[in-house]
Amino acid sequence: MGMPISHIMASGMTGIRAAGDLVARMEFSKKMRLKEAKEYVAKKLGVETGDLSDEYVMRELREELDIGVITSVPTAAKGIAAKMNIEKLLDIKINSCDLFRKQTGL
Amino acid sequence: MAKEYALRMGDGKRIFLSKEKILEEIEAGSADAADLGEIAGLSGNEMDKLAEILMMPGKAVSVEQGMEVPVTHDIGTLRLDGDQGNSGVGIPSSRLVGCMMHERAFGADTMELGHIDYSYKPVKPVVANETQAMEVCQQNMTIPLFYGAMPNMGLYYTPDGPFENPGDLMKAFKIQEAWDSMERAAEHLTRDTVWVMQKLMASGADGVNFDTMGAAGDADMYGTLHAVEALRKEFPNMYIEVGMAGECVLGMHGELKYDGTTLAGLWPHKQAPLVEKAGASVFGPVCNTNTSKTSAWNLARSVTFMKAAVEASNIPCHVDMGMGVGGIPMLETPPIDAVTRASKAMVELAGVDGI
Repeated sequence: MGMPISHIMASGMTGIRAAGDLVARMEFSKKMRLKEAKEYVAKKLGVETGDLSDEYVMRELREELDIGVITSVPTAAKGIAAKMNIEKLLDIKINSCDLFRKQTGL
Repeated sequence: MAKEYALRMGDGKRIFLSKEKILEEIEAGSADAADLGEIAGLSGNEMDKLAEILMMPGKAVSVEQGMEVPVTHDIGTLRLDGDQGNSGVGIPSSRLVGCMMHERAFGADTMELGHIDYSYKPVKPVVANETQAMEVCQQNMTIPLFYGAMPNMGLYYTPDGPFENPGDLMKAFKIQEAWDSMERAAEHLTRDTVWVMQKLMASGADGVNFDTMGAAGDADMYGTLHAVEALRKEFPNMYIEVGMAGECVLGMHGELKYDGTTLAGLWPHKQAPLVEKAGASVFGPVCNTNTSKTSAWNLARSVTFMKAAVEASNIPCHVDMGMGVGGIPMLETPPIDAVTRASKAMVELAGVDGI
């Protein structure tokens, strides 16, 4: 376990503690290189690219946008609900959300 | 006496080197990569920067603020619930719990679900179980969640699979039969991975991680690239990550081509365009660690190869930095000082898009 956690601490964007999942989604869904992906996400969030790894900025912003936060906040969107909001925020389609819509008829 | 700095050997053992010796090792490691790959070596400034990273006094180091990159994960949750064979720590836990722990306790940027045997072929008989697990995990996860496994074409050869072992055939000078066996195994590899991923995509997977492409040589890469191509055609929005098994594609067959390029003998910067052509979203290049060399030599060599791969690629490159690759010591518990230095060097010098 020490190795992946060391990488996260040394170089990672720390997932939903900050905005690492959002930048990763743009790299994977649109094949964006790092710089482009960070700029895209920052623009959608209305922050600077340097804020994307800043837990202080992202903690409150994620809760406000309801796109999933690291701590367990009652009534906050989690899992598939958070991803439905991420789809709208980033203007992308997420496969599990498509499946959820198909299953629920939403 | 010149001041000495604590570094590591490729097997993880601590050593002490002077600044002059560190620079010598860096120059030699970079030159080795440049010679093998016919690529540019590191510049004087880059070598100085790498030496500076290696000589930093803190136990753990990190990238400069603002230079952070997404960190993707392989091996699924096996590092938690698996045994020593997968460097697992043996914590009895469900895969859902493992995935959620990576997301909410460890700060992972992406995660993947994987089978305990971690190869596509053994997933076939239990694919319904995997799809159930994927659906449950997707309901609860926010970060991208892949399905990951190894192409592992060796499982298609006797005694584990239906095709005669090409190594045995070659020993008997049955070269054509060996080639035929590899080509048929590659066809089955393509067919199986596509079939498995069709099921997983129907269950909400974000995409696929082909972990360690080319482990059984060029035919393994051939079969995997064709699987990537087929999946991209069927699922235009699928997240596809392709990570290499080693730095150079072994020419077990020797004659196989993809997009007109012979696969045998390709180095990372030549692999990247083919992975992109097949339709992958992200490429994971590899540089192997030499256990008999210093971390300065290994890291310089690795950064040189990765820098060339990043420059040759139009898609993001997430360098493979597990045990024994990417300048990381070949050890189950790689020392944190070595891991964080390699991590920082790869981001700041090679310019990778992720790890």
